[in-house]
Amino acid sequence: MTGAEPTCQEQTVDDLEDIAKGCRREIVKMVKRANAGHPGGSLSVIDLLVGLYGRTLRVSTKEPKHPDRDRVILSKGHASPAMYSALHAFGFLQETDLHTYRVYNGVCQGHVDSKWTPGIDFSGGSLGMGLSFGLGVALSGKMDEKDHFTWVILGDGECQEGEIWEAAMAAVHHKVENITVIVDVNGIQNDNFVDQQMVMGDLGAKWSAFGWKVKDIDGHDMSEIGAAIEWSKNLVGPCVILARTIKGKGVSFMENNPSFHGKAPDDDEFELAMEELA
Amino acid sequence: MTSAASRDGYGSALLEMAEDERVVVLEADLGKSTKSCLFREEYPNRTFSMGIAEQNMMLVAAGMASTGKVPFASTFAIFTERGFEQVRNGIARPNLIVHLCGSHGGIHTGTDGSSAQSIEDLAIYRTLPNMTVMHPCDDLSSKALTKALLNHNRPSYTRTARNKTKRIYTEEQADSLEIGKFSIIREGNDVAILACGVMVAEAMDAAEILSNDGVDATVVDVHTLKPYDHDCLKMIAEKCGAIVTAEDHSIIGGLGGATSESLASNLPTPLERVGVNDEFGMSGQPAELMEHYGLTVTDIVDAAKRAVSRRTA
Repeated sequence: MTGAEPTCQEQTVDDLEDIAKGCRREIVKMVKRANAGHPGGSLSVIDLLVGLYGRTLRVSTKEPKHPDRDRVILSKGHASPAMYSALHAFGFLQETDLHTYRVYNGVCQGHVDSKWTPGIDFSGGSLGMGLSFGLGVALSGKMDEKDHFTWVILGDGECQEGEIWEAAMAAVHHKVENITVIVDVNGIQNDNFVDQQMVMGDLGAKWSAFGWKVKDIDGHDMSEIGAAIEWSKNLVGPCVILARTIKGKGVSFMENNPSFHGKAPDDDEFELAMEELA
Repeated sequence: MTSAASRDGYGSALLEMAEDERVVVLEADLGKSTKSCLFREEYPNRTFSMGIAEQNMMLVAAGMASTGKVPFASTFAIFTERGFEQVRNGIARPNLIVHLCGSHGGIHTGTDGSSAQSIEDLAIYRTLPNMTVMHPCDDLSSKALTKALLNHNRPSYTRTARNKTKRIYTEEQADSLEIGKFSIIREGNDVAILACGVMVAEAMDAAEILSNDGVDATVVDVHTLKPYDHDCLKMIAEKCGAIVTAEDHSIIGGLGGATSESLASNLPTPLERVGVNDEFGMSGQPAELMEHYGLTVTDIVDAAKRAVSRRTA
């Protein structure tokens, strides 16, 4: 034993809720310090990330690239503050690293980047690519009879990218079972509400029609997140969890507000956010 | 002289590399054309059909590479371009070692017409940091250079051709080729013809004609466009003082472009570019099209004479 074998730091629902609240504070602070970034989609996805790290992911802070680790692929790579806050909460990053978000030569790049940040498996920033990448990882694991598991987090707006559906087809064609997709269904994309930009219809029916097993959950309920993780791991996949979330969750003036997709709060707004997240 | 197509060399190379368990093959419904079908027949468990979905294929290959596999993914040259941003952001940027092969490159592809004739692939892939870009001239060099990728530490794009052309190398000569090093296949002092792909055989024929006219030509097979062999070009330019490039590709950004950049920076020298002159192709037999677009032996001979005439005494 090297001490580097991937394990999951299993935590209680109460602990995870506390961790997620701390992450929310870090997300808002990162975006405020950088005066740029994507708070809305970070606050919507953070409970899902914390749930994954706290309930299932077998990873290694000592050897972040351990070949047998589970992967979490944040395909909506602009929600990087959420990822960095989770990596900090689970021991991959120091607090000082969080201060490098969007900073020249910093560990925490504007979008998640596997070359810059320990614990990041996929270089995102261009939507639509993460599921394909995760499928490649999962196919390798299947070929080599390894038991590592791949989690891919997509946005609902991101599901407008054609490559998502290319990958959805291919996963079923190749009978890939060691992969689960979680869609952060927050209903808002860059310019406006998703249904204003491109009507998505019944997202569950779409995934189901492609041959995926579908579960709807409240993406901010840590118990439901935990149960959905178990659900997908116990089924013959591939599975997709549609996590209904609120963009900007936890900060009143950001909640369900398209203007906080990619904007930092001003000084007064920042103070209010910190009070609400105290 | 024996004839074969460079795409056949790609298929043979995959088979010869198969004993390395890291090798996996991806295809997008054109395996019969790119010749990855040869690997599929023998190793179906390591061959992945991605359907007619190139963007997904690029990132699946990247994901596999991130776990230590060495993926070889192929489709037509033109259809790799549909996944260009995937190659840029998903493969080159994280420097994941995926090897792409684009077959049926160039006007020489023939009757399929302009939609299938990629004349810009070498240019676009050459702009990506980390990428190696190759375009071998015959089946044996295609095989040897593809096999050399097995231990190459960068992602790559290799263009192969659909149609048979004259063999330039023996097996032994092909095995001595090195990625990133010019291959000088004829020595002369008056002009240097740098060619790639199907134009290498044409360049050799042009050199014979020039020789009868008293012009002694060097011929270089530039099988690797990136990394570009700047040192060798400088040496050749110093010796010959006049350069011609010949490629079945746009004169913008490919071999002509790379050579222009290198000469401008290192040793300004008269250069004439034979290639597709900023226009799309059309249907026709390869020979008809090569004549129409100015890609014949005669075009190379004329270009060489122009380059020589521009040489300062």
